[in-house]
Amino acid sequence: MPDDQKKPIGASTSELHREVAELMVECLNLEITAGEITPDAPLYGEGLGLDSIDVLEVSLVVSKRYGLQLRADNPDNQHIFSSLRSLSDYIAAHRTR
Amino acid sequence: MSTLPLVTHTDPDSIIAWRGAGTRDGHHGYDGRAVTLRRFLAEVRELAAHFPAGGHLLNLCSDRYRFSVGLAAAIVSKKISLLPSTHTPGVIRDIKAFAPDVFCLTDSNAHAVDLPQLRYPAMDDAHAGPFAVPWIDSQQRVAVVFTSGSTGAPQPHPKTWRALVSCVQAEAACLEMPRHPPCSVVGTVPPQHMYGFESTVLIAWHNGHALSHAQPFYPADICQALADVPAPRVLVSSPVHLRALLDSGLPLPAIDRVVSATAPLSLQLAREVEARCDAPLMEIYGSTETGQIASRRPTQSTQWRLFPGIRWLVEGDRVRATGGHIETAIAMNDVIEPVSDDYFLLHGRIADLVNIAGKRHSLVSLNHLLNRIPGVMDGAFYMPDEPIDAGDGRITRLAACVVAPELDAPRLLAALREHVDPVFLPRPLVFVEALPRNSTGKLPREALQSLIQRHTTPAIEATQASHE
Repeated sequence: MPDDQKKPIGASTSELHREVAELMVECLNLEITAGEITPDAPLYGEGLGLDSIDVLEVSLVVSKRYGLQLRADNPDNQHIFSSLRSLSDYIAAHRTR
Repeated sequence: MSTLPLVTHTDPDSIIAWRGAGTRDGHHGYDGRAVTLRRFLAEVRELAAHFPAGGHLLNLCSDRYRFSVGLAAAIVSKKISLLPSTHTPGVIRDIKAFAPDVFCLTDSNAHAVDLPQLRYPAMDDAHAGPFAVPWIDSQQRVAVVFTSGSTGAPQPHPKTWRALVSCVQAEAACLEMPRHPPCSVVGTVPPQHMYGFESTVLIAWHNGHALSHAQPFYPADICQALADVPAPRVLVSSPVHLRALLDSGLPLPAIDRVVSATAPLSLQLAREVEARCDAPLMEIYGSTETGQIASRRPTQSTQWRLFPGIRWLVEGDRVRATGGHIETAIAMNDVIEPVSDDYFLLHGRIADLVNIAGKRHSLVSLNHLLNRIPGVMDGAFYMPDEPIDAGDGRITRLAACVVAPELDAPRLLAALREHVDPVFLPRPLVFVEALPRNSTGKLPREALQSLIQRHTTPAIEATQASHE
């Protein structure tokens, strides 16, 4: 785990971050390793560079893996996918497995 | 002067849209709020009164109902709605050069574009006033859509009211949409895209149907948007969204028609959609320039049927569409094989064009934009061959090779992002010392392909090694 994750987060949170980052790398064939995705870097645009097609792909994998359905609160809501942390928080709050 | 109505609904109490449901969690019944024609026209008048003097509007409302009010208010005030395919800073600059008086209508903080903004006002007490459906000059130019030109600058294609109306009337007839009772139209495609513009907004206006305000994205949102409106329901979508919807395994409310466009659908996916939705799936074919011109039901026929009045003009390899709502003959960007006067087969794109998730760009133009970036000495995009099972809703991405010793990937991608939609950003982006150009300076596709393969395969092995 890189040193930049020294924030006061529980072990299970960082494990989930790692797990979700690995899911994204695998699902999207990203040319980076899971460890290179930092929790607060934006996933869209200038950060990891995901677009809405990627988000849909990842949401399907996440739905199956954690037994949840992603829901947007409004048409522009890209909040869940704003960072690895927000995606992991959403999963932690809604997972059924 | 010949005129056409703004909408074909005539009864002031007829329903023209369904707005947001009150609650969501655990709720499965219908809970949408009906918008009557009387109410809609009152809001159109009220919004038009808020409009600044400028003659061009960039309507970025993400709520489909608000988009439709913005469009109608623009039409009745003789303003032109501009529909570029993306809203990158570079495209916004081009739009401003095209129409210096353009202003932007928004309904959220999500769109930060560098244009004068009008925020969609709260209109809960819009005064109803006298009831009258506006009639519009059929030659009025109501919209301009844009395609990517060969130099990267967007090319304008004006649309008259007549052309748009006759197109969606033909479409509704081909889709055999029920009229009694009218349909509820739910779209997963944005109204700012030509397909969504015609097939979710105009088709409802001109066939007596009601549009859902929703712009659902995740499968669960699509199911909810469908549940929120009464039957008969029409789902207007794309292969990507339909595949996601099926993969989710979520239960669907009764659907009467599924419509797909933006990219051809595989027969396999079409069969699955029909089985799961228990409804015919119709595919629409068209382009930004022509609008929609043909349809087919892929489970029943590989052949496309042209809308009534549309004809092909074939001259050698060149096929142009004419007739019907098309005002001047337009060259098609797909390889078309006419089978009879009304039927044809589609054999993919002309080589220069890429279509990713319904967004189209020419490779020549993308290469032009890439090579214009300061620090790029040479560069070329490469579109891999589509897999054999293309059309299953999975997206093939572009790759690119560049010679740019002073640049790194983040800086180069940021520069590209200024001008092109994110779906066209290359994956992978390979930095090389030189491109394998031949003696005439041409870049053979095979040479580019093997160069990219050489540079990507070791990278994947390295990634795997780092996991061990």
